[in-house]
Amino acid sequence: MSEQERSRRSFLVDSVSGLGGVWVLANYPAIVAAEEFVRAEAESGQPAEWAFFTDEQAAQVDEMTAQVIPTDQTPGAREARVVRFIDRILVGFDRDRQDDYTQGLLNLTAVTKEHFPSVDKFSELIFDQQLEVLMAIESTPFFNLVRTHTITGFFASPVHGGNAGKVGWELLGYDDSLNHEAPFGYYDALPQVRGNGRTTP
Amino acid sequence: MNMKEYRPQEEVDFVVIGSGAAGGIMAKQLSTAGFSVVVLEQGGWGKFGHERDYPKDELLNRNIYPEDRLISNPQRQRNTFRRTDQEVAGPGTHNYGAVVGGGTVTYGGSSWRHLPWEFEEASHVGTIAGTGLADWPITYDELEPYYTQAEWEMGISGQRVDSPFVAPMSRDYPVPPVPMKASGALFHVAAAKLGLSVVPGPLAIITKPYMGRSGCVHCGLCSGYGCHVKARSSSAVTMIPLALDTGNCEVRVRSYVREISVDNTGRVNGVTYFNSDKQEVFQSARAVVLSANAGESARLLLMSASNRFPDGLANSSGVVGRYLMLGGGAGASALFEHPLNDYKGVVSGTGILDYVPSDPDRGFYGGGRMTSRGYASPISYGLNGLSPGSPRWGAGYKQALREQSNHRMNISCFTTQLPLATNRVDLDPEVKDEWGLPAMRITSQSHPDDIRNMEFFRQKSIEVLEAAGATEVWAGPVRDSRGSAHNRGTCRMGNDPNASVVDRYHRAHDVPNLFVVDGSNLVTGGRNHPTMTIQALAFRAAEHLVRSARAGEV
Repeated sequence: MSEQERSRRSFLVDSVSGLGGVWVLANYPAIVAAEEFVRAEAESGQPAEWAFFTDEQAAQVDEMTAQVIPTDQTPGAREARVVRFIDRILVGFDRDRQDDYTQGLLNLTAVTKEHFPSVDKFSELIFDQQLEVLMAIESTPFFNLVRTHTITGFFASPVHGGNAGKVGWELLGYDDSLNHEAPFGYYDALPQVRGNGRTTP
Repeated sequence: MNMKEYRPQEEVDFVVIGSGAAGGIMAKQLSTAGFSVVVLEQGGWGKFGHERDYPKDELLNRNIYPEDRLISNPQRQRNTFRRTDQEVAGPGTHNYGAVVGGGTVTYGGSSWRHLPWEFEEASHVGTIAGTGLADWPITYDELEPYYTQAEWEMGISGQRVDSPFVAPMSRDYPVPPVPMKASGALFHVAAAKLGLSVVPGPLAIITKPYMGRSGCVHCGLCSGYGCHVKARSSSAVTMIPLALDTGNCEVRVRSYVREISVDNTGRVNGVTYFNSDKQEVFQSARAVVLSANAGESARLLLMSASNRFPDGLANSSGVVGRYLMLGGGAGASALFEHPLNDYKGVVSGTGILDYVPSDPDRGFYGGGRMTSRGYASPISYGLNGLSPGSPRWGAGYKQALREQSNHRMNISCFTTQLPLATNRVDLDPEVKDEWGLPAMRITSQSHPDDIRNMEFFRQKSIEVLEAAGATEVWAGPVRDSRGSAHNRGTCRMGNDPNASVVDRYHRAHDVPNLFVVDGSNLVTGGRNHPTMTIQALAFRAAEHLVRSARAGEV
């Protein structure tokens, strides 16, 4: 084990020690694979190899995710690297959806050309043109699959490749700490409610 | 783990089938009394050992790999569903806990007792034509000491209250209730306006250290997840370790039972199960305790038909599988001006109980509990959490997430379902499970009163949320149940061997050394929170079984 690997290993154990050593050992290969992926990208500044997509496919899917959860004053699916998440689950627990993407992207290109004959690819469209194309396929199973995957990746733990920097959780105000103490929200913190916070007769 | 191991050909005193709410208690009580016990559990120890460590990872929990599952998989433990006998059953979605500890490993933990009159509802509200509404063969007073025992041995948090809507207790709960959440505070606001009463829910989740386990840390990834700090008082962390410590008990995992065998005198002499390699193994036993949950216990008895018992074991009455109660539900959701952050903490902390009793003025039989709930963890919130009519994607979707997240609460009502002979578990004539055994077929259509009751609770939920000051309230139409972790009633308890499967001490009327102890015994379903009653019944059954076995009467 190299020095670098060793320090990474101890980092991993420390960073998830709240989950217990047994969990870490049981999941170690999966965690390493996930963290490895995220780290390789961060260190090299280059995207790691795609596990399933071609560069071309990845570009189209990235554009789709950025329509499902757009970037506005806060990060969207693109900044959360949701396309990375989708690429990885298509060789993981959703590997039986690979064909849905292959076929769905071919259809996306076809619909794009129908609407904009001078353009070859969905990713070449400007934002509002993309919106027009997606609204045309909004009710298709493929669009809904991409929607489900985008939202899932945006809100899943960053170890799975999306939700980079926890931007998805930040949007919701979701605190991922495993420890919490009352009060929970506005209403249970109100003094008059807390005073009555026992059983009413 | 230093666990006693028995050879299959070795005749043990008891085989216990299942290690959940009832099986864990039976194993612990019997082994503590000195009997040799083999527990056959179809699930495993859990990937992370003995309910020690679970991933608090919503994605992994939603897309769990087969070997890591804590609940059964309808693709493997296949089941089918239909509303009436006239239909051909289609694929079912019924599932249940399938790990050491059973459903108690992942349940929400609600631990309400049945009320005294719930044991005598036929006498109280009268029988209802066409239904199997009947009094239990035991009274609340007989069961009360065992409720107390269960609460103290398992570790239940709660507040003892003096209310006509809560069962009287002879002793306080061992640990205090969970802290009130924002949804609970809003219940208080509404209750004050409407003249209702609010009670903190009793939960199998400890709130401070108890019996060597730590209190809840309110992580928020609760129901559906294992507990990483052992605050949930599952069978896996309460009863099973004590059973193993006796040196008399083996828990044999990945053991999928296919048949309970009888000898030529009509007594059971062991069980046949598939081991993890799908090899058949026969475990010899002097007596069998069946605690596989209402669905599987009935299916196993029906699969154990023999020349002597052609209609299924212990089924001379024809009642095995019948009077299935899946449980009814209704509710509503709402948004509030300020954040609730109800995604932290336990699933349900507070109940409005005024509508627990049936009220003839409503024009139908039925009652239920209203519970306050927060809303889901991020992925499920993102997929399904926004109010109806909110955009499903794009800039509007993102803005709606920003505005609504953490402002939502739900009311979930747990409502009565009348026991009907036509609602049942039997063996599907066509479909097989992964082991080649007949799939469980569920036939269930609620009584019209059950549906009217659900609609009543839907309306009450809307009323409560509006009284609490919601800015938006919505409620989908009520839907009849299809399957549930709360399934009950398929081996009902009774004094009449022609109308029930087991006697008042859980002994099969037809088979002297076969005991059925689980939710299948419930004569009526209560207000659809069965676990505490199952646990109390198990402690009572175990006490009597130990006494009988020592007296040579098993």
